[in-house]
Amino acid sequence: MNAKITGAQAMVRALELEKIETVFGYPGAAICPFYDALLDSDLHHVLTRNEQGAAHAASGYARASGKTGVCIATSGPGATNLITGIATAYMDSIPLIAITGQVASDLIGSDSFQEVDITGATSPFTKHNYLVKSAYDLPRVFREAFYLAASGRPGPVLIDVPVDVQAQLLVFNYPETITLPGYKPNRMISETEKEKLYELLRQSQRPVICAGGGIISGHASESLIKLLSRHPMPVITTMMGIGSVPCDHPLYLGTMGSHGTFAANFALHHADLVILAGARVGNRAMGSAAEIARKAKIVHIDIDPAEIGKNIKAHLPVLSDARLALDAITAFNLKMDISQWLDQIESLRERQHNWPPEPVYKNSIYPPLLLRRLGEKAGPEAIITTEVGQNQIWAANHYPIRKPRTFISSGGMGTMGYGLPAALGVKCACPDKTVIAVSGDGSLQMSLQEMGTIKQQKLPVKILLLNNNRLGMVHEIQSLKYNRRYSQVFLEENPDFQQLAAAYGFDHAFLSDNKQIDPALDRMLESGKPYLLECRIDPHEPTLYPLRKE
Amino acid sequence: MNQYHLSVLVNNHPGLLSKVSGLFSRRNFNIESLAVGIAEKPGCSRMTIVVNGDEAVVDQVCKQLDKLIDVIEIEVLSDQDSIQRELLLVKMDASPENRSEIIQIAEIFRAHIVDVSHHRLTLEITGQADKIKAFLDMLEPFGIRQIIRTGLIAMSRS
Ligand SMILES: Cc1ncc(C[n+]2csc(CCOP(=O)(O)OP(=O)(O)O)c2C)c(N)n1
Ligand SMILES: [Mg+2]
Repeated sequence: MNAKITGAQAMVRALELEKIETVFGYPGAAICPFYDALLDSDLHHVLTRNEQGAAHAASGYARASGKTGVCIATSGPGATNLITGIATAYMDSIPLIAITGQVASDLIGSDSFQEVDITGATSPFTKHNYLVKSAYDLPRVFREAFYLAASGRPGPVLIDVPVDVQAQLLVFNYPETITLPGYKPNRMISETEKEKLYELLRQSQRPVICAGGGIISGHASESLIKLLSRHPMPVITTMMGIGSVPCDHPLYLGTMGSHGTFAANFALHHADLVILAGARVGNRAMGSAAEIARKAKIVHIDIDPAEIGKNIKAHLPVLSDARLALDAITAFNLKMDISQWLDQIESLRERQHNWPPEPVYKNSIYPPLLLRRLGEKAGPEAIITTEVGQNQIWAANHYPIRKPRTFISSGGMGTMGYGLPAALGVKCACPDKTVIAVSGDGSLQMSLQEMGTIKQQKLPVKILLLNNNRLGMVHEIQSLKYNRRYSQVFLEENPDFQQLAAAYGFDHAFLSDNKQIDPALDRMLESGKPYLLECRIDPHEPTLYPLRKE
Repeated sequence: MNQYHLSVLVNNHPGLLSKVSGLFSRRNFNIESLAVGIAEKPGCSRMTIVVNGDEAVVDQVCKQLDKLIDVIEIEVLSDQDSIQRELLLVKMDASPENRSEIIQIAEIFRAHIVDVSHHRLTLEITGQADKIKAFLDMLEPFGIRQIIRTGLIAMSRS
């Protein structure tokens, strides 16, 4: 039983013991021993077309499944190509393991071929990282890395393994216990915090709950919905929190922030008690944090102590797993009289409800209508990913999202090129679900090559391309804030996406007539193949629409 | 702005120092000094970090440091209940005329003479920041060639 195996075999075995089924990666010389050992395993490896795609795919996989995603790259350029994906995962607290090959131990530090200090480079945006100097450390390092990535506030962990360490022999013992004396991931609301929270709620006349990504990563969505039925109060989300309550929930007002809904921002600015739950209050979500904290009492529930008090002053910090804290509120025996507040909010919601109005134009697609119809047709189980730009805002505001983990978007980093590889990862995690990548013409071309991966893996991923032949979001900013001085936002020589889709073996169609939205979506959703539906969007279509007049 | 002394117990991993210093520069925290040495626990080191800032800043510094997996324990030490020391070496221009005067000052401050040559005198002193400052002020007129300080180390009394 104590026969020796190689470091590479130990890495593969550790992945198997962590119950990993699918990994995403790209080989090279410094990771060859690992790829050789992979041949003797049942692990499914997806060969992406760029390492960044592997990291994003692993992130999509993690977000859809709730499991930890794994990506693999060689040393030097392979490792640096992962960086954008790792940072994107870090900003959105996604559990991810990145495994990189490294040059041989005795060459480290000599600027040898394809050497890069990837642990140094990624330390600002990994939860932790390791440079493994002896194969004997591999079992412990893998065990710790998987534990760290998924526990507490999740995040990416990188493991850098020199090529000679992958070849070194060891006796493999996967540790049962983990010793990390400096790491305290489990947090639970205390009795004093409960008492203070109860008092604040009792006194509040205008409470609002702000749900962030922590509700989704902390599996707290059900708890939140229970709380709302026990103690009805308005609820809003950050972009990362979308899906934590169904979009048609009677108390849900939409997303807050610069591109959020009027009702959500109104509630935030007129509340006397704001309960932030698993939201880190980024500047996009809450630009005027200081002002809000002046007007309302702030309760900040977070599992990461460093988030509490960082961007907004909390009157009551609650260091806790979100689920435990929300369940504690639900259990309160509380009589709140907030009917006036609820009425006020309801009237705003009504005005927002039948909005936006039906489109008038002829030769381009009205994005809100397109996304609403898509959601209605695809159903509550479908999962969408987005790119960044106007397409992301339209999807976030108009696609009806009814479940956690069905809206997958780069929130913290806003990484263009995320959506397509993320959709590929989502489809690997949930092969039976409809997976749609809502895309922009700029963003799609940042990860276009992953269409090849999708084809090779025979994954019927759908791409809904909103083509406005430009970097629409930047165009909109230049139109509003730079006096229509448009600088470097036109993508006039865009390829013919129809031919491109055909070249990659995708089914495809073009849509420019709003009357054809339904049949076009039906054809896309019914196709059992990868599919690209290109929609012509007016270049001046805004992301922010005025409130419906009464 | 105040000065805070943090005593930080860490796993003695290569690369940790760069993680700690990277954290400070990345988050815009101001380090006054950082001293590190082996601790009583095998495999561990203890750092004394002196930071400038207000209470909110120091709170964030501690929380962000605590997120580093290799940071085991952080203590914020106050002036009253901690012992603080720093070691200074100072190399002086010392001519035959002023040498005895410098030695006198050294005696008053309980500094040690650690090296001597025809034109140089090297002194060593340990103490708190104000004592070291006073000592340097006294030496200044004689011509200081070079100084080196360890940075403050601090330990709680209890
Ligand atoms: C990697 C990266 N580079 C640049 C940006 C800045 N940026 C934000 S939105 C945007 C335009 C996106 O264009 P497109 O994908 O066509 O989407 P649209 O806004 O037109 O829907 C740009 C350049 C970014 N978010 N990510
Ligand atoms: Mg565009």
